[in-house]
Formats: sequence, structure tokens, C-alpha cells
Amino acid sequence: MTAPVLSVRGLEVAFATAQGQARAVAGISFDLAPGERLGLVGESGSGKTTTALALLRLIRPPGRIEAGAVLLQGQDVLAAGEAALRRLRGARIALVPQGAMNALNPVLDIATQFEDLFDAHAEPRGRVARQARIAALLRSVGLAPDVMARFPHELSGGMRQRVCIALAIALRPAVIVADEPTSALDVVVQKQVLATLARVQREIGAALVIVGHDMGLMGSFAHRIAVVYAGRIVEEGPVAEVFARPRHPYTRALIESLPRFGPRGVFKGLPGMAPSLLAPPPGCPFHPRCAVAMPVCAIEAPAETPLGGRHRVRCHLAAEEAAHAA
Amino acid sequence: MPLELRDAEVAFGGGLLGRRRNLALAGVSLALDPGPAETLAIVGESGSGKTTLTRLLLGLLRPTSGRVLWRGRDLHALRGQDLAEYRRGVQAIFQDPFGAFNPVYRVDRMLILPARRFGLAANEEEARALAEQALGAVGLRAAETLGRYPHQLSGGQRQRLMVARAMMLRPRVIVADEPVSMVDASLRATILGALHLLRQGGGVSLVYVTHDLTTAWQLADRVMVMRHGRVVEQGDVEQVIGRPAHPYTRALLDAVPPAMPDPDWLDREDAA
Repeated sequence: MTAPVLSVRGLEVAFATAQGQARAVAGISFDLAPGERLGLVGESGSGKTTTALALLRLIRPPGRIEAGAVLLQGQDVLAAGEAALRRLRGARIALVPQGAMNALNPVLDIATQFEDLFDAHAEPRGRVARQARIAALLRSVGLAPDVMARFPHELSGGMRQRVCIALAIALRPAVIVADEPTSALDVVVQKQVLATLARVQREIGAALVIVGHDMGLMGSFAHRIAVVYAGRIVEEGPVAEVFARPRHPYTRALIESLPRFGPRGVFKGLPGMAPSLLAPPPGCPFHPRCAVAMPVCAIEAPAETPLGGRHRVRCHLAAEEAAHAA
Repeated sequence: MPLELRDAEVAFGGGLLGRRRNLALAGVSLALDPGPAETLAIVGESGSGKTTLTRLLLGLLRPTSGRVLWRGRDLHALRGQDLAEYRRGVQAIFQDPFGAFNPVYRVDRMLILPARRFGLAANEEEARALAEQALGAVGLRAAETLGRYPHQLSGGQRQRLMVARAMMLRPRVIVADEPVSMVDASLRATILGALHLLRQGGGVSLVYVTHDLTTAWQLADRVMVMRHGRVVEQGDVEQVIGRPAHPYTRALLDAVPPAMPDPDWLDREDAA
């Protein structure tokens, strides 16, 4: 693979709670190639959104980034000074937030929200240049330029999410982080907004990390998929490969639990609940719900097993199979 | 006919100040099968009127014109014993498991109280036994649920509690408004499976409101597709979803991500 535009190494985030430390992200590492779309998939409480926000160092107390590095084109976002961080955010790494309903400032018109971003980065300069840029950005996400004179409450959810996408690409960042960008939208609009996001991401040549809970949607949007469970990536690989040959029992269960137009009256799920982050089970955090768990799974956390072709998994079973094959 | 809508219309606005009248529901009729239990899916996006329709069926809203009938009688004319019978006979499961609980009461209360009030249990012990049985049916352990406050339970646990409560009352009809849209994928199947079992074995008809055609396909016998307060297409699930006639039904179908990854799925959209 060409040099990654983003390299995450050993990321750990914890939240201080009355009951102790909750390890929301417990050691996450991945690489993102230029132009690549990586889907972080997991259930609520898995740590996927916390991971995404940590990439921009947007974790607020009681949360704290405990360890790790986020190398954006070689520069560690987690070690950058405040001024450097402000220059990075928005310009080189940008966020499309969850729930565009609340992401825009309700008392400012749309143009002013772009102006704020331009002011923070001192570009582009000049009123005419800025107006032209805003119009072009709105057009690129499928909105009429006169949307710039409107206020957020005058726009539909889908239009607001498009404005958020236009803001994220305004300064042509190298990496876009999209946190469940369509979870609040209707299905038809969801597909349109995702198509727009994919197109503009391709046009500006950015790489994209997208957080989602819908494995099916991710499968047809992302190039690569990383399945997050209890703050760790338990499986990562190219989407076609992961869907065709899922190696982690949790990935397999997620794929099988997707509703399909198959036989009717058949419902395949996954028993049990996501583990507590305050007191995760010993060994593999998935073992209490795993249908193929072995004695070792309750004792020892599985290490990562590379499966070739940038496909990797954290599972004792896969590690054993790989050892036999070798 | 257990539950029926006849040409129901719901309008908001209008009146003396002469603001424009908005029709949330424009002349919708439906009737559940009086014979065997059935599952009717109401499919549509936000603003289609599907939630307004459930509010009519639950008696939370009166139609501006048209009628809501329970066993052939006008819902809003029911009194005394008849009203109590309707209230037990039609149970609701709402979309948001966080908004459906009173936060100051332990969750026991929402199971024990109706069991006693509707005379399903002669005493506290019987009521508790009924509650435990219902919890088991949705994969919850009584020891981990009873005695807790809502905030001590996860969204998935709360939603299953709502299902358990509805089941326990042995209703004739359950009206479920997007019951799994806020629930994780691994739990979705448990909840839908429990609802399906009720209709198969328990003789409970289900009005299942959703924007998701795949779960409608899995669960329903009949489908009604709604848009802007009107029914645009309805019929057997195999006909409506298998051979959709209305362009809006086709658009909803096309918005469902393919079961296996298809990199061209989105490109087809942006080109369109």
C-alpha cells in the first residue's frame, strides 16, 4: 500500500465515571490509504464514535485520551500544540458530525457558518472569492447557492446534512471523519446523502473514516471495514473479503443478523449483551456471547492474526487455524 | 373486525386564524382480519402519516373526520367495561425506549400494575409470576430486570420490557411503531422474533410500522405503503415487495442496501 495518509497506533480513551474508569477505546490501530473509505462498524457502546472523535482530539472530560498516536501525514495530532491543532482541524482533517440537526449554529445563516471556518483558517480571502466558494461548495453537494442565505431551521434534515458535508470539504482536507452521518435521515434521503458524500470525497481525493452501526450499509459504501467490539478492532479487511469470509464469530453474527429479502419469518440474532466497559470480561471480551468459544478464550485476550491481503482478526480460533496452516 | 379505520382524516392547523390546513392523514381505511391473527406492515418515511395512523388506532388522537372502530363500535363512544376491554385488547410498543418509561418508578410497576388492574393475576405473587414468564419470552432475566429503575437498563433491555409488557396482557392487537429502529442489530432479531411468535402461536395481530422494507418482508402478511398521508400501494407482502407497482415503493426498495457488498449501489444513485 502507498504511504498511509492516516496511521492510528495504540489509541486508548477512557472515561472517568463514579464507578471507575470505563475504557471506551482499548488499543486501536489502523492505517488509512489516500482516497480510501474505511467503515468503523459496531453496536452502541462499542467505542466507534469515541475512536472517530479522538482522531480529531475532540474528546472532552470526563473522557481522556490515555495513550496512542494519530499520525496525519506523519504529524501526530495527539501531540500537536493548540495552535497547530486549530490549523489542522477543518483544513487537513474534518468532521461530518452525527445528527446534523444540532451540528449547525441555529442563530447564524449558512453563509456565516462557512465564513467562521474561513476566518479560522484565513482563507480564502476577500468577500467575492468567499461568496463564490460557498456557492460552489453548496452546488457540489446538490444544494442551490441561495441556501447560503437561509437559517438551519429552514432546511430539511437531509439539506442540513449536505451543508455539514460542504463545510467538511470546504478546505479540501486529506481526511474526512464522518460519524453516523445519515443515522437521523429517512432511507431514501440516506442513500442520496451517502452518494453525495462518496462523490465529493472522490472529487477532492480525501480519505474517509465513516462510523456506522449498519453493516449492510457499510458493505456497499466503504472499501474496507473494521468491526469494533468493546473498544478494539476485532476484524478488519476489504469489504468483499470480510463479507465473503468473515473470520471473527462476531463479524459473522453481524452479517447473519442483517435483515434480508430471504425466507420470511426467520430472525437470526446474537444472544447476550455488549460487555460493560467498566468491568469487561477477562480474556476475549466476546467470549460470553460466542458460540464457538474455547477454554482459552475466557483466560487470554487473543492477539491479532494477520490473514494476508490487509485482512486481520483477533480470535483464538483463527490464530489456531493460521498456526496449523503454517 | 378487531380494529378498523374508516376513511380517517386528520388535519392540523386551519381554524379561525385561517392558516393553511395540513392533512396528516387523508382518507385512510384499514381493517385487521377478524379471523386468524395477521401482521400488517405500515411502511413509509417521516411525514408519511404512519405515526398519526398509530395514534388513531391507540385512541390517542381523534380523527378530524372518519371513524376508528373497535369490534365494530366507535372507539370514542366506548365507556366502562368496553373501554377497559379495548385498553387491554390493544397494546402499544413505541419507537423510543428511553421516552416510554416513567423514570421515577421501578420497572416492576409497569408489569405488575396492569396485571393486577386487568385482573390477570389475583394477587401480587401471581402478577410477579406472569411478569417473569413474559420477561423470559424476550430473553430477559427477571433477576437482572425487576427491581431496577429505567436508567439502569440499556435501550435494548427497555425495548424488550415494552414487548414483554404488551405480551403479558394477552392483547388481541399490538401496535408497534418502529420498535427496532433504535435497537442494535444483534437485538433486532430477538424482538422481531418475539413479535412473530405472538402472531404465530398467540393469536395476536400486529400493526408493524416501519421505514424498513426488509423487516416488513420478514414479519408481515400484508403491507400498506404510505406517502404524504395517503396509501399509495397495499396488498400481500409478496405482491407489494416482490412486484412493487408504485414508483415510491420502488424507491424505498432501491434504498435498501444490498445483502452482499455492491460498490455500484451508490453510484447508480448519484447518476440518477
